Amino acid sequence: MPNNNAAIRTNHATRHYQMGSALVRAVDDVSISVRPGEFVALLGSSGSGKSTLLNLIAGLDRPTSGGIYAHERNLADMDSEELAKHRSHTIGMVFQAFNLLPRMTLEENVELPLRLAAVDRAERAARVHEAIQHVKLGARLTHRPTELSGGEQQRAALARALVNRPTILLADEPTGNLDSVTGDEIMNLLREINESLRMTIVMVTHEHPRAERFAHRMILMKDGKLVSDGERP
Amino acid sequence: MKFRDLTELAWRNLREALLRNSLTTLGIGVGVASLVAMLSLGVGLQQMANQRLSRSGLFDAIIVAPRTNFRGFGRATQDNDAAPVPAGPLDEDARKALERLPNVVEVYPEIRFPTEIRYAGIPYSTIVAGVPESARRGGAYDGMTGNFFSGPSADEAILQIEFARQLSPQPNSLLGKDLVLRYAERQSLPAEPEANNNSTAASNGVPSNGESAGLSGGFSVVPREEKLRIVGIVETEPASGFGGVGRGRVLIPLQVAEKLRVAQTNDFRTMLGARPGRSAYQSLTIRVKRPSLVKDVEDSIKPMGFTTFSLLDATNNLRQVFAVFDLLMGIFGSLALIVASLGIINTLVMAILERRREIGVLKALGAADSDIGKLFFVEAGVMGLIGGFLGVAIGWLIGFGINFATNVYLRRQALPPLTVSSVPWWMVAAAISFSIAVSLAAGLYPASRAARLNPVEALRYE
Repeated sequence: MPNNNAAIRTNHATRHYQMGSALVRAVDDVSISVRPGEFVALLGSSGSGKSTLLNLIAGLDRPTSGGIYAHERNLADMDSEELAKHRSHTIGMVFQAFNLLPRMTLEENVELPLRLAAVDRAERAARVHEAIQHVKLGARLTHRPTELSGGEQQRAALARALVNRPTILLADEPTGNLDSVTGDEIMNLLREINESLRMTIVMVTHEHPRAERFAHRMILMKDGKLVSDGERP
Repeated sequence: MKFRDLTELAWRNLREALLRNSLTTLGIGVGVASLVAMLSLGVGLQQMANQRLSRSGLFDAIIVAPRTNFRGFGRATQDNDAAPVPAGPLDEDARKALERLPNVVEVYPEIRFPTEIRYAGIPYSTIVAGVPESARRGGAYDGMTGNFFSGPSADEAILQIEFARQLSPQPNSLLGKDLVLRYAERQSLPAEPEANNNSTAASNGVPSNGESAGLSGGFSVVPREEKLRIVGIVETEPASGFGGVGRGRVLIPLQVAEKLRVAQTNDFRTMLGARPGRSAYQSLTIRVKRPSLVKDVEDSIKPMGFTTFSLLDATNNLRQVFAVFDLLMGIFGSLALIVASLGIINTLVMAILERRREIGVLKALGAADSDIGKLFFVEAGVMGLIGGFLGVAIGWLIGFGINFATNVYLRRQALPPLTVSSVPWWMVAAAISFSIAVSLAAGLYPASRAARLNPVEALRYE
């Protein structure tokens, strides 16, 4: 039964790859629904298909079959330009490796999604300032990524993900490259963003304890299939 | 993405791999330089030839003759067949009518006669020719030693250098000296009553008003002398009209030549052949404002009952030859630019490999495939733009070097300087545009490849 109020919904989503003669079922008939403002952790071991599912939701990849819905718009029906707009306006993404562009300053990195979305220059400065203030990096505006610590880089990546004011934040192992203290700081920041901005967050992680502490709901995947989907007790 | 953002990002990317991109841009620059150097040589030679021909007076001149005079002479025959206009006399009235035609600069008869010159008491046989006043403005006498005639009726002479050397081993010392022109003046005889209807009033080129009435009875020849001051010496006599090739070795103002009423070799034939009671010219030379107007003026003259002749076809052939020459130069010059474009493809394909992850990030942040394609496309265009400017500068320097070396050689040979290589503004604009176009064409494949990159695979790339 479809939930028409869902921020994200997958309907028998399937993503298969052909690797040589073998067929890899990275995501196999997965149906989930995420409510607006929900903080969901996608758990599973390496190769379980959680990152592939995240890429499908981001519109970076297309399902082999089934539907991927963001605010009830099926991404499978979109062409590449529409998918780009979806990534630009609806989705914010953070990665395990931060993926900041090394030759740009923090400020320029955060401004990048605004350039891609063709936002007017006059508006950009205010939006960049707002996003950087949110992650408390105001003093590091002109620093390049190599001059920032891992935690600062991930916060900068978060600012970059927030700057276009998306409704859904997708985080792929956001604490995977951080020590436990810094990881907790990032998780606290994600929770604060989730609560203050009512932003829907889907986080891929293999750290079960951390997911239990911060996420509202945990979805467990194994071999591309949905194993369990339950709210935190 | 907005164009300004695209160019800023492209510029930033180009600065990242500075050495590689600079070398690629230099490659384009060398290609453009080769193109510019080749074309500038072609254009320079064409301009030189055009200038020479223009100065020769061969291509802005029309010879006009009565229909009968050119019978059987090339185009004249064709004209006779084509236009059933009654043949008119080429007399003073006709000359005035021709002068009134639009775009006609001047109309003058051809005056040239063999005679004797005395200098320092020694006689020399030579040929004297009348030079129209317009020759001063045509630039044909630029670079001569001394000056052009001080006025259209000045008793002055310009000597051809070879003849001047006969007069003095140091030709320049002749300037300001006088020489004496000895010639045979034609004087008309009183008309006999019977002869009035049958004899002819004619002269070759000199039917002055006072003479025309009495010429009907024939003429006698009287020896005369005229003192002329030497004002200039020319290396080679600039031609004037079709009879102009090697016309004379002593040049005098045309008005002076007309005033002398010199008996010429074909006066006798003209006298017998012309219509009775009327003086007529054998032929007239018409100078028009530009060679391109020759045909229009010719078309205006033909209905007047005269036949015309010009070297228009020859100029067209010359233009065709230079067009082919320029085309070949352009093709050879472009080869280097085509090779340089392979450098752009190589550089951008390398950049795709290096920036694979960055392309993935950009796509994850909302860049469309077309944005990524445009980014690489603009990078190729920027390299083409900079390479184009660089190439034009190098090409200009090569042209400058060619001119310099040529003129050093010419100076050693005691010859006047020349502009062999010329880089006009249109060539600068065309070379830069061509450079950008070739670079953009070279950027098509890398741009398309970058745009099609799978973002998931790109993000996974280490």
